[in-house]
Amino acid sequence: MSGTDRRGFLGTAAAALAGVALAPGIRLIEFAAARAPEEPASAKVRWGMLIDTAKCASGCDACVRACATENGLEATGRPRTDAQWIRKVELKDPKSGRQHSAPVMCQHCAHPPCVDVCPTGASFKRADGIVLVDMHTCIGCRYCIMACPYKARSFVHENLSGQRPEVPRGKGCVEGCTLCVHKVDRGDGITACAEACRAAGHEAIVFGDLNDPESPVSRRLRELPNRALREDLRLDPGVRYAGL
Amino acid sequence: MIRLVVAALAIVCAVPAAQARVQKPVLVIERAGNCVEPTEVMRREHRKLLLQQRERTVRLGVRTRAHSLAGCVECHASSKTGSVLGPEGFCQSCHDYAGVKADCFGCHSPKPAGARR
Repeated sequence: MSGTDRRGFLGTAAAALAGVALAPGIRLIEFAAARAPEEPASAKVRWGMLIDTAKCASGCDACVRACATENGLEATGRPRTDAQWIRKVELKDPKSGRQHSAPVMCQHCAHPPCVDVCPTGASFKRADGIVLVDMHTCIGCRYCIMACPYKARSFVHENLSGQRPEVPRGKGCVEGCTLCVHKVDRGDGITACAEACRAAGHEAIVFGDLNDPESPVSRRLRELPNRALREDLRLDPGVRYAGL
Repeated sequence: MIRLVVAALAIVCAVPAAQARVQKPVLVIERAGNCVEPTEVMRREHRKLLLQQRERTVRLGVRTRAHSLAGCVECHASSKTGSVLGPEGFCQSCHDYAGVKADCFGCHSPKPAGARR
């Protein structure tokens, strides 16, 4: 058995062990939903998130900072034109005084308006539901920024340097939350924001496959009453909010 | 008459060529023999290969390393500067010589992952 063969066997064995079920629906270690690098994204999976506003702490911006670090979004000192992929929103009902806090980013709609309006086909939805910008085709017209009801996209106004190798970005293109597509493709099975939220002890963001009824996000979606932002538009977003 | 003109042209062309005004590209290949395609194929077709790989990666989510720009950078970044750019950088020196503008690195990192900035 050559070195690579042995490694392959050990990998398979580890994957099999990881799947040992304690009880139906509860696994010792969750399967990392990794696919082979040569395998294209599949429509069997739909990536999405649940944001539990009851757990999201007011004033905490761990998710926003993690996003900036992961994707190499550096502040220029001119916040009005800085790219913003995720932002914290504080909500208050003026009658009851009840307050919420929640992160808002690209909602990865099943029927994305940004894709409908894009004149070059640069805005597109990948088979697994992630809405992306093909920056090679983007002409920077910013129609998608106008069309997005969630104000989720940003335009890059200035020349950039020091981009992360996994996250190419540059002047003249529109960009937005990629649902950490480079991490998803690597098989991490979690976004930077969800990771940071967990590390901060809130676990307000749950990421996973909406099509898999046993995924943590699907289970939480069954348990908690939840809704989409701007449900009236019937865009079927991949990001859902509980407690709003 | 035509022969005369051709001969005269040949002389005119030969003089600047002999002076070699344009510096030849500096091609330092530190990890020779490890390329994903034969040199002749890469010289002619690297643009096409990169384009095809780019479509597969961005649109379909295929993340194979061969033919990817990140794969090129990983192998060809200079051990001195850590980059494929710069006057002696693998990409830039040849593109400067050929007078072809490669705008890949306006967005993509010219340095391999791991070595940041």
